[in-house]
Amino acid sequence: MMAETSSLERRVPAERPLSPHLQIYRPMLTMMMSIVHRITGLANYFGTLLFAWWLIAAASPNGYAKFQWFASSWIGRLILFGYTWSVIHHMLGGIRHLIWDTGRGFGPKEREWLVAANLVGSIAITVVLWIFIILTMGVG
Amino acid sequence: MAGPKHIRTPLGRVLGRGAAKSGTEHFWHQRLTAVANVPLTIAALGILIALLGRNQAAAAQILGSPAVSIIMLLFVSSIIIHMRIGMAAIIEDYVHDESAKLTLLMANTFFTIAVGLAAVYGLLKLSFGL
Repeated sequence: MMAETSSLERRVPAERPLSPHLQIYRPMLTMMMSIVHRITGLANYFGTLLFAWWLIAAASPNGYAKFQWFASSWIGRLILFGYTWSVIHHMLGGIRHLIWDTGRGFGPKEREWLVAANLVGSIAITVVLWIFIILTMGVG
Repeated sequence: MAGPKHIRTPLGRVLGRGAAKSGTEHFWHQRLTAVANVPLTIAALGILIALLGRNQAAAAQILGSPAVSIIMLLFVSSIIIHMRIGMAAIIEDYVHDESAKLTLLMANTFFTIAVGLAAVYGLLKLSFGL
């Protein structure tokens, strides 16, 4: 008994294989788009600060002028362009996930098509929206 | 064969909730708000585009009108619930230190409620005046 206990105490953790993680896999579009979905969600999270600022600013001429100054600056435009794409991309990605939630669209062709459509669609919609915005608002 | 086929009580079987009693609320609410977010985001983007190039008085008048204000309030409510659950999932996935995790989960709740109420305040002020 004594010998058994001491052998248990001296036992070192067995070297078991760890489950494979990201660096093991060849990057795939579905995997990358899963990561992008999470990153755009994160960006949208902090983007709500801009949204709340805009709503509060809309109540006063001074506040609105400050927001418009930000929104028409090149850095403001860049942030808002990114925010637009992030929201649209996350929305289309969400629709993709809702389709997947029904059990459809998991075939090798379909899942690739869905993520490609997600990316192409989000970029296309954002660019069209921003062409309209630039045409309405002017360049700066 | 003697004995029951499984060890769950008849009541437990009827309720069908397993040992944890709950646990799918976050999963369900994330999908519920995701479905709501699609039309609400499209509507919010549409409202935003309609306000392009208008001055503050016009923007305030449109944002304070009943239909626009209610759509925006629904949009804010839905995205706030959605982003709180999403951020909690991110924190739980990547932050393993227990105290840091709890701190960030609390901060997540504080942030989402604060930014949500700020947006609601802005909308109500536009509707009901100063």
